[in-house]
Amino acid sequence: MAVLSSAAAAARLPEHVVRRVMGIVGGVLIRVVPALVAVLLWQWAAAAEQSPYFPTPFDIAVRVRELWFSAPLGDGVLTDRFLRDAGPSLLRALGGWALGGAAGVLLGLVAGQWKRAAGYIDPPVDFLRSLPKPAIVPVFLLVFGAGDLMRVGLIAFGCTWPVLLNTLQGVRTVEPVQRETARAFHIPVRVQLVRIIIPATLPKIAAGLRITLSLSLILMVLSEWLLADSGLGNFLITAQRTFDILDMWAAIVLLGLVGYLLNLLFVAAEKRLLRWHRHLSARG
Amino acid sequence: MSAVEVRDLTKEYGKGASAQTALRGVSFEVAEGELLSVVGPSGCGKTTLLKCVAGLMPATSGTARVLGQVADGVPDGLAVVFQDYSRSLFPWMRVGRNVDFPLRSLGLRTAERRERVARALESVGLADKADRYPWQLSGGMQQRVAIARALAYRPRVLLMDEPFASVDAQTRAGLEDLTRRVHQESGMTILFVTHDIDESVYLADRVLVLRRSPGGVLTEMDVELPVVRDQITTRSLPEFVRQRSLVAQHIRAASGEADGVGGAAGPDANTPADARPGPSDSDAPSPQPATANG
Ligand SMILES: Nc1ncnc2c1ncn2[C@@H]1O[C@H](COP(=O)(O)OP(=O)(O)O)[C@@H](O)[C@H]1O
Ligand SMILES: [Mg+2]
Repeated sequence: MAVLSSAAAAARLPEHVVRRVMGIVGGVLIRVVPALVAVLLWQWAAAAEQSPYFPTPFDIAVRVRELWFSAPLGDGVLTDRFLRDAGPSLLRALGGWALGGAAGVLLGLVAGQWKRAAGYIDPPVDFLRSLPKPAIVPVFLLVFGAGDLMRVGLIAFGCTWPVLLNTLQGVRTVEPVQRETARAFHIPVRVQLVRIIIPATLPKIAAGLRITLSLSLILMVLSEWLLADSGLGNFLITAQRTFDILDMWAAIVLLGLVGYLLNLLFVAAEKRLLRWHRHLSARG
Repeated sequence: MSAVEVRDLTKEYGKGASAQTALRGVSFEVAEGELLSVVGPSGCGKTTLLKCVAGLMPATSGTARVLGQVADGVPDGLAVVFQDYSRSLFPWMRVGRNVDFPLRSLGLRTAERRERVARALESVGLADKADRYPWQLSGGMQQRVAIARALAYRPRVLLMDEPFASVDAQTRAGLEDLTRRVHQESGMTILFVTHDIDESVYLADRVLVLRRSPGGVLTEMDVELPVVRDQITTRSLPEFVRQRSLVAQHIRAASGEADGVGGAAGPDANTPADARPGPSDSDAPSPQPATANG
């Protein structure tokens, strides 16, 4: 408080402006400071320990830049290596995610609307959803071989179930009053589906897609450990096998960055598209 | 031909031993152009009755005809305003789009739709809110949007289920007058369900009083009030005071009987909390607020 008012007096600014600025600065600090402290501690510990398995964060950061982000600014910073390592990985992950998401939404809509089939639909969905995804890998290997079809298929398979389940729940929890309103006004079933059921379910669908976005990266790395000749997962496992510890850590950090960035983009898109839902849930 | 004709309507929820009779042997008619209010305590089956008339729910026995069509599925020329405006409007559509939405399925030309939407919003005083989203409006305004949506549809029969139960007293008075004005102007038949005795008398040409467990018609009475009504002067007319007391007495006598039977009625037949008068009813403009729960 004392700090606040003296700062206000010093700068001769209205107190609420100072408070607002301090609030924003404080918010940023709360996000950044703990992370920064953790990195510094790691830096200090790694530097002190000199373990070959734990390079310092600074060294890792330098290596990440060198490998993937050292192209001239004019060429868009990203190196050819980035396109070679991360490109195929992103295509596989996002392709599988999109396919699985689409399948999950379609199946979820059908299963959710078809009330009498709930008893047949729920148990197998719960079973497949609970199945640890790596367990299905041998089947995919047999059927699709060790190519990209296997990888994209595995990612799509993994992404289907959470999206399906969320969509299903979303459709089943559409406001009964909204359905009754639609029926009372003789809205054709097809229009009901497109204009009411799907929009009402979108928040749940988006939640499912957000969960599976990170799942798609997990499955991507997993699938690239298996007989791949490209991709970040392949880079990571090769680095580990050849004891290229710094490269291994660099790949881990890049994977983290990619995941973080994808999530950020998704949340931003969701915020824009589902403005109405955010306002409703904020009100309680 | 009556606009609405209900014959010996019975509705049971559930089957077998757990079946619960919500309505038994209900018969009444609503003349074309009439404003009939249906009043009764919470849980007496008002919503059930309305949904059977709207064809949203099949009756166990008996018939409900709307404009001569047996209500098997929703009859044509009918619109419904539900109690829960915040759930019956579509939050992802702007106000104008909400009103327009049902019109699109009527196969009207764009110009005609646009003009209907504008007129309906105009008549509920929301002409300037067409580009807002429902959640940006107050509760009373949202219910006006729901009314505008029904008006733009131009139904011959309008069903309203406790539409003003969850708005504050001031707003409620305004919405009641709006309902009467719309009825006068459009000449449509309105079936208005409420648990508020004052409201049932103030609004209607005729009041149908329901009893509880199982729901049925206690009595019906014509409302002998001037066509043009006013929140303050009409509510202090001796005739208004007499009629609302009469309705209240009927309901009290009936619920006294039911209680005298020795608590045979289930717990939810007594006073479900959902439709008890909210705190906002306590400052209603009437001298002695009365609800059917009394
Ligand atoms: N879907 C339902 N299933 C079983 N019982 C119901 C259902 N809807 C209403 N009821 C019961 O039927 C009776 C009448 O309910 P309702 O028509 O909602 O009354 P009101 O609208 O007058 O408050 C109540 O006892 C209620 O518990
Ligand atoms: Mg009700």
